[in-house]
Amino acid sequence: MKSAVIVFPGSNREGDVLRALKSAGSQAEKVWHAETELPKGTDLVVLPGGFSYGDYLRCGAIAGRATVMDAVRAHAARGGLVLGICNGFQILCESGLLPGILMRNANLKFICHRQFLRVERNDTAFTRAYAKGQAIDVCVAHGEGNYTADEETLKRLEGEGRVAFRYSDAQGHITQDANRNGSMNSIAGIYSEKLNVLGMMPHPENLIEDLVGGTDGRGLFESLVSSFPRAA
Amino acid sequence: MKARVTVTLKNGVLDPQGKAIEGALKSLGVEGIDGVRQGKVFDIELGTTDKAKAEAALKAACEKLLANTVIENYRVEIA
Repeated sequence: MKSAVIVFPGSNREGDVLRALKSAGSQAEKVWHAETELPKGTDLVVLPGGFSYGDYLRCGAIAGRATVMDAVRAHAARGGLVLGICNGFQILCESGLLPGILMRNANLKFICHRQFLRVERNDTAFTRAYAKGQAIDVCVAHGEGNYTADEETLKRLEGEGRVAFRYSDAQGHITQDANRNGSMNSIAGIYSEKLNVLGMMPHPENLIEDLVGGTDGRGLFESLVSSFPRAA
Repeated sequence: MKARVTVTLKNGVLDPQGKAIEGALKSLGVEGIDGVRQGKVFDIELGTTDKAKAEAALKAACEKLLANTVIENYRVEIA
């Protein structure tokens, strides 16, 4: 499996994502945002976290219109996998690959802490290594993660099973306390219509080793790698 | 030719920044303010003197980048 991690000016989690992908068994390389094409044979595109373009205008707004994003849109339209984490999720929303927008956290604070997520379904390329309803322990670090969409979009996302993760407590219960950024329906991540694009605010790539306190993030990268036949 | 684009949040969209400013004004003792909504202003220089062309360019700028029409409205004024 071959992954391309897109780097924008201001991205800062590309190293963590590369490490997580490689340790799960994927080939992975960085791709600069001004490229017009993805490396040949790219299976997965990852938009990492950070502060692309210093969050100028709106988070992800300028990166969402970078030249490489045309190639990413074409990759997604062909059914290729795309994962956006944190700022990457904001970029996916701004680029039109996912609906809605991430607004300023309802409490106006930058939040940075460990966070449980409930896995809403485990039949996608991103989550097959988890159990449905499992609470995974990852972390969040963002100031604009308050998922917002109009009523119709929200209804469609819920109706089509496109909510990937919700903020929960350790038992997987969806509580108001667990939803610290104020996201509608406690949404932490959503899928595109064909379930091949995932945007999520939390950072699974940070929890892949016991040394740093947990390994619940590994499942996401292992799911992705297991979606592709291993090269001999 | 010069233009000013004003981008504001749609009605009903929560504006925590506006709320924080409103609270700060209250704590400063500024009276008579019932609400604050924060927006953005862009002053734009245009290389054309054709008003129709300028309007088209500004509309494209707003739709493609300056405003996220999921949550924002925009207004264009050409000087």
